Amino acid sequence: MNPLAQAGLEISTGETVLFWVLAPIAVLCALSLLFTRRPVRIAVAMIAVLVSLAVFYIANEAPFLGVAQIVVYTGAIMMLFLFVIMLVGVDASESRTERLPGQRLIAAGAGLGLILLLVAVGSRAVLPQGQGLAAANADSNAVGVARLIFGEYVFVFELVAALLITAAVGAIILAHRERVEPKVTQADLARQRLADYAGGTGSVAPRPAPGVYARHNAADMPALDATGEPIEHSITTVLRIRGQRGEVDTDQIEQIEATADHTSTKEVDG
Amino acid sequence: MSLTHYLVLAAILFVIGALAVLVRRNALVALMGVELMLNAGNLMLVTFARMHGNLEGQVLAFFVMVVAAAEVVIGLAIVVAIFRTRNSASIDDVDLLRN
Repeated sequence: MNPLAQAGLEISTGETVLFWVLAPIAVLCALSLLFTRRPVRIAVAMIAVLVSLAVFYIANEAPFLGVAQIVVYTGAIMMLFLFVIMLVGVDASESRTERLPGQRLIAAGAGLGLILLLVAVGSRAVLPQGQGLAAANADSNAVGVARLIFGEYVFVFELVAALLITAAVGAIILAHRERVEPKVTQADLARQRLADYAGGTGSVAPRPAPGVYARHNAADMPALDATGEPIEHSITTVLRIRGQRGEVDTDQIEQIEATADHTSTKEVDG
Repeated sequence: MSLTHYLVLAAILFVIGALAVLVRRNALVALMGVELMLNAGNLMLVTFARMHGNLEGQVLAFFVMVVAAAEVVIGLAIVVAIFRTRNSASIDDVDLLRN
């Protein structure tokens, strides 16, 4: 037997402090999974949980897994989640009505039972004296893990590769959409526009760009027409609906008019 | 502190994930609960690897991570496909097999 393994495992004070700082943060962030309403906030809290788990992996002498955790989970999986939240709609908050009567109560009871069971099993189990991975990690952790993956578990590795390919193809098939209507081309749009114009609604020219007077070029300021009146439809619909439309300052318009008059008289003089 | 603390933490996280799957109606949040359960399992595997002084647990956790990635890709693709046809991300609205 290895003398290092015989000695047992000493857990340093630093690791204890790390655990007691990070574990409550992880549990609190995980609780948002149950109590927060907006999916985006839950996703961000999940990222915090996953990063603290990565730190725990590194503290548990698994630096390879810790780095893989950050790259795979926070880098890829949670970004995929955020992307789908964006597609499905950030505001897809759920209704509070219970469809099954008493579901929350039963779920709380089941959760309590599950944690009692797990803790009971965990406290009764005869666990070995911690041995630490100093011997196994002698050639660095990544080398040790690689020896196992590409040695003893190479067949599992190949199976997992096949699983990943299947999942990628499956995702492509599921996300593929058959086109059921003919595609709207630019020619169709132009024809529609002229038809609208002939019918008295809409115009052929493009809509005026926002903010084209001397003091502002921000997208939330409406363009002004020849009489100095703001043109509503020059601002994008989104800003108008959100109520973030900028207000045109009448003093400024008068000032601009005065300057314009001055310049035009000068030109006449010249 | 001993290594058992990590096991207790993993158990707590697992239960929170399981409750999220049971209680939440939003399909995305339920999927995140599944992810949390898988991660709690991974933390246990890593802790056991350290307890026993060999790396097999870490290798298993690595494979779990890959399977979780495959699972979440398919799960999210299903959520998007259902959202396209039913215009909802709630798991209550997927009830074609009801009655």
